[in-house]
This record gives sequence, structure tokens and C-alpha cells, in this order.
Amino acid sequence: MTDRQVFPPLALRAEGLACGRGGMALSRDLTFSVEPGQCMLLRGPNGTGKTTLLLTLAGIVSPLEGSFALQGSDDDSPMLHYCGHRNAVKPRLSVRENLEFWRSMNGPTGIAADAALAEVGLGKLRDLDAGYLSAGQTRRLALARLLVSLRPLWLLDEPTAALDAAGHELVSKLIDRHLGVGGLAIAATHDPITLPGPGRLHTLLLGAEA
Amino acid sequence: MSIDTAPKQSWWNRIAHPGQFVAWTRPLLWPLTALTAVLFVVGLWFAFFASPEDYQMGDTVRIMYVHVPNAWLSQFVYGIMAVSALGTLVWRHPLADVSMKAAAPLGALFTALALFTGALWGRPTWGTFWEWDGRMTSTLVLLFIYLGIVALWRAFDDQLRAARIIAVFTLVGAINIPIIKFSVDWWSTLHQPASVFRADGPRMPGSILTPLMVMFVAFTLLFLTLHLKAMHTEIKRRRVVTLQRKAAQGASS
Amino acid sequence: MNAFAAMLGRELRLALRGGGDVLTLVLFFVIVGAIVPFAVGPDKALLERIAPGIVWIAAFLAMLLGLDRLFRPDYEDGTLTLLRHADLPLSAAIAAKVIAHWLVSAVPLILASPVLTVLLAMEGDAFWRTVLSLLLGTPALAAFGAIGAAVTVSIRRGGLIAPILIAPLSIPVLIFGVGAITATQSSAALLFLAALSLMAAALAPFAAALAISSAED
Repeated sequence: MTDRQVFPPLALRAEGLACGRGGMALSRDLTFSVEPGQCMLLRGPNGTGKTTLLLTLAGIVSPLEGSFALQGSDDDSPMLHYCGHRNAVKPRLSVRENLEFWRSMNGPTGIAADAALAEVGLGKLRDLDAGYLSAGQTRRLALARLLVSLRPLWLLDEPTAALDAAGHELVSKLIDRHLGVGGLAIAATHDPITLPGPGRLHTLLLGAEA
Repeated sequence: MSIDTAPKQSWWNRIAHPGQFVAWTRPLLWPLTALTAVLFVVGLWFAFFASPEDYQMGDTVRIMYVHVPNAWLSQFVYGIMAVSALGTLVWRHPLADVSMKAAAPLGALFTALALFTGALWGRPTWGTFWEWDGRMTSTLVLLFIYLGIVALWRAFDDQLRAARIIAVFTLVGAINIPIIKFSVDWWSTLHQPASVFRADGPRMPGSILTPLMVMFVAFTLLFLTLHLKAMHTEIKRRRVVTLQRKAAQGASS
Repeated sequence: MNAFAAMLGRELRLALRGGGDVLTLVLFFVIVGAIVPFAVGPDKALLERIAPGIVWIAAFLAMLLGLDRLFRPDYEDGTLTLLRHADLPLSAAIAAKVIAHWLVSAVPLILASPVLTVLLAMEGDAFWRTVLSLLLGTPALAAFGAIGAAVTVSIRRGGLIAPILIAPLSIPVLIFGVGAITATQSSAALLFLAALSLMAAALAPFAAALAISSAED
């Protein structure tokens, strides 16, 4: 894939955002912006609201204060991929059936399911029941979902969880390529992620004031 | 994709603050309680001493003064809950959550009282405590719905999250109650034609109507008072939970 | 439409690969129906009279039993969260799930109902009315069940509380379902049953979607 823009120029801006669950604020007064081709890493100790911030940006949890918007989009179609702790993989379906299902649900706008499986290193296992996959392989299957449907914004919660060293590289590579075509990514992780090229990665530290 | 939570300043939003709501309504509590008590004394005096016996039912007619207001409240309270549920879902009004939660056990209580007094009345009038008559049966179903909602509230760990979910169920119930009532009526006429008793049959003389109206108002005020008090209690309970969580958060960091 | 079909296909595939589940429900349905004669005695006339009620109670209980797998597995593994960002609206996805649920839990019961009608001494005419009333009434049971399952999906012991929420809502279905089998009022009851199913099926996806998206807030 070449480095061309496939997404409209979008930017995610948040102002004075306070996130929390059950009426309890975990993070306060967050102001940040993510431009096309940029990735923001969320860092901070456990319990500082990284997951909650991602859920808020995904529209699953409503913000306590402040606002955020994905600017530059004018249609109402879903713009984001959320990749959470839970992989949403059905053990009774084969690896390919799992992925094909999500390809139909999210719109077959990305690469084909088989190509995506090869990309994440599951090409040979595609007819296996997903229940037989290891934790790391299941994670790779969840990541393959990002490839079969094109969405400009990726919200990744611990994308490298359960992955080996090659898996960490894979995540970096996928993010790098996504940014290369004008995508945005926000990732909460404790692992180092390195991207070639300056200015594409910045970090938001949560829980710093305490 | 954009969510704006900038506060809109209106009276609606200002009473949305639970603390202010408590401060505003606390002075109402004692006058309401006193008024309710006075009305009960007057109503009961009328009911026991200043109204005639029924020429057919004798003294048992006096159960009506308690039964009819309870039967009215059993439906009125559901109405309050349904309106609060709309408030929760449409406006995300925090007090609507509280009102909904506080009303559910009260609704169950008044419905149970309506059934109980109905059974007491039924024994001398129909010769049985329970008759599968359309009205009693649908009241029983209503009681089941109330108890289901109370059980649902108790099943949730997080009461804030529970509110919207229970609001959905409350509204589904509100749509269904007329259908249930219709189906039960259809069913009871199918199984026992010619109902034994019709409440709207004989016209009521004023001597019965006056105590009935007084008791009507008294019971409605009783509900409003209890509802208000229950809302205050619920607001306090939530504050305690919030403080406990804050303490837990403070201890961990 | 493609996504809707994919959702439906996935649900059916999961249910059929779940293997035992469908068969278990049918067995449960037949056994509940067959156990009643032991409780009331083998009086043929009495059995024939109460048979419509027994069939409907058995169907109601069997459908309650299958409810826990409607949303809970998808809630627990995060599928429902992801479905909120699918191209297909959540309510449409839920509609597909409810249709699949009806296909795998109600249709087998209807197919198995002849066994019960024979055991309960129902005559030929009553048998056809039973099939017809189950066919028209079970969609409403599935729809009310979906609302109950969606409301309780985030409660750990939700399987216990869902039936007490669903039962009062389902009373009209039982009334008209049994009424449709009993000869005198059959056609009116069938119409009410169909109306009820249509209304419940139209309401359920939206109510369930609202409850599910509130469950994660």
C-alpha cells in the first residue's frame, strides 16, 4: 500500500474533557488534539482512566464535562474502530468466519479477510475454530478486524496485550501504515511503541496531577 | 460524533442538582405530613361515623374508603414512574432517576393494599377472598410488574447505570399495561359471563362521596409525602456511596 | 441488508453448532408437557380440557430457558460493544438476533408440538389450532423475552431475574394463545395474537437496543 490519503482530513479535538464512570471523575480537564497521520499514546498508572477515556471517545460512556469532536466529517457513518480488552471472538466459529462476520458488519471497505489474516500471521489457521487459538493469536484476530474495514480513527486499548515480540512489531507496523494513509490512532499501552518519522507520536500522561 | 455537555442554565437544570432539590423541598415535608394527617383524621371520622351503612353490604362498605384510593394510587404511581422514566431517558434528568426508584416500592405497597382491602371486601360480598375477576386480576399483574421493577433495582450494583435500563423496562411496562388489562378482561368475560359486581353501577349519594373524596386526597398526599421523603433518602444514600468511592480512590493513590 | 443477513447467519450457525442447545429445549418442552398428567391424573377428559394451557406453559418455559444465551455471551466477550460501531444500527442487529432466536427456539417447539397434542389427547382440529396459535404467538414471546434479556444483560445473576420481568408481560400472549386453541373464540384470539406479535416485534429491537447501550454507560 502506498502512502496516499484515503481518508478525508479529520482531526480529533477534545476540550476540557472529564471522563469517569458512575459519576466519579477519573481524569479531568483533558485538552488535546490528534491530527491526521498522528498517533496519541495514553500512558499512566492503573486506575487513571485510560480505558474510560477510550470508551468516552468511542461514545460508549458519556463525558462528565467538556466536549470532543471528530472534525472534518460530515456523514453519520461510523468513523472509528474500537479495540478493547475483550476480543469479541466466537470460539465456535472458524477464524475466517469470525473475521468475515465483522467485515460484513462494519462494511467491506478494507482488504479481504484472507489477506488480513495473512497480514496478522494467522493465514494458515483460517479454517481452525477460533476456540483453539492462544490468547496472543486471538488478539491478532481482533487486530485483523481493523484491516478489513477502513475507519479513520483507531481507539486501541492495550493492543499489545498477550502478544509476543513479533506481535509488538506487528502493532507498530499496522499503526504506522494506518497513519501513513491519513488515519488517526489513540492507543493506551504500557509497552513502547516506536514509529519511524518525527512528530507522529505524542503522549498524553494521565493521572499526573495526583 | 460530537457531544456537547455545556450546561444550559434554566430552572429545569437548576433543580436538577440533587442538593438544591433537597434544600428547596425540605420545608415542604412537615406541612405535607401535617396536612396528610389532618385529612386522614377527617376522612376516617367521616368513613366510620358520618357515613351510612349500605343497605346491602352493611358496614363492609366502609372498606371502600380505603380500597378505592389505593386502587387509584396503584395506577397513579405507575404514571409517575413512567413520566420519570421519560425524564431519565430523554432529558437524562438525575432527579428523574431518583423519583423513579423511590416510587417503585410505594407503588407495590399501594397495589398490595388495594388487593388486600379488595380481598377483605370480597369475602363478605362475594363469599370468597379471591375472585378471578378482570379488575382484580389485572391489579395482581400490576403488582407483579412493580415487584419485578423493585427486584431489578436491587439486582444492579451501579444504581446510576441501572436508571436508564430500568426506565426502558418501565416504559415497556407502561405500553403493556393497557394490553394486559384488555386481555385479562377478555379472558374473564370468556370464563365467567355476567360479572358479579360493578362499581360504577349504583350512583353514589353525597354522604358516601364526601368521605371518599377526602380519603382520596388524603391517600394521594400520603403518597406524595412518602415519595418526597424517599427521594431525599435516596439522594443521601447516593451521596454516601459517592463519598465511599472517593475514600476508596483516595486510599489507593 | 448484507450485514443483516450476516448477523442472522452467524446467529443460526452459532446456535446449530452449540449442538445440544436446540435439542435440549425441545426435550424440555416435551417433558414439561408430559409431566403434567402425572400431577393431575390420567383423566382423559380433564387432560383434553387443560391441554391448550399445558402446551402454552411448556412453550413459555422452554423459551425462557433459551433466553440467557441471546445477549449474555455477546455482552461478555465484547461483541455488543463493537456492534455499536457497526454499519448496521444496533437495533437492526438485535432484530436479526431476535429472528434467529425465534427460528432456533420456537420453530423446533412448534415442530415438536404434535407429540404433546397426542400425549394430551387433543383431537385433530385442536391440533391444527395449536400449531397455528404457537406460530402466531411465539414471536411475541421471543420479543418480550429479548426485552427482558436485554434489561438484565449486565446483571451477574440476570438469568434469575429476567423471567419475573417477562412473565407479567407475557400474560396476554398466554391468554390469547390458549384462547386461540379453545374452540369458541378461536378466530378473534388468533387476530389478537397476531397483533400482539407484530407490536412486540416492532417494539423489542428498539427497547432492547436502548437497554443494551445503557448497560455500558
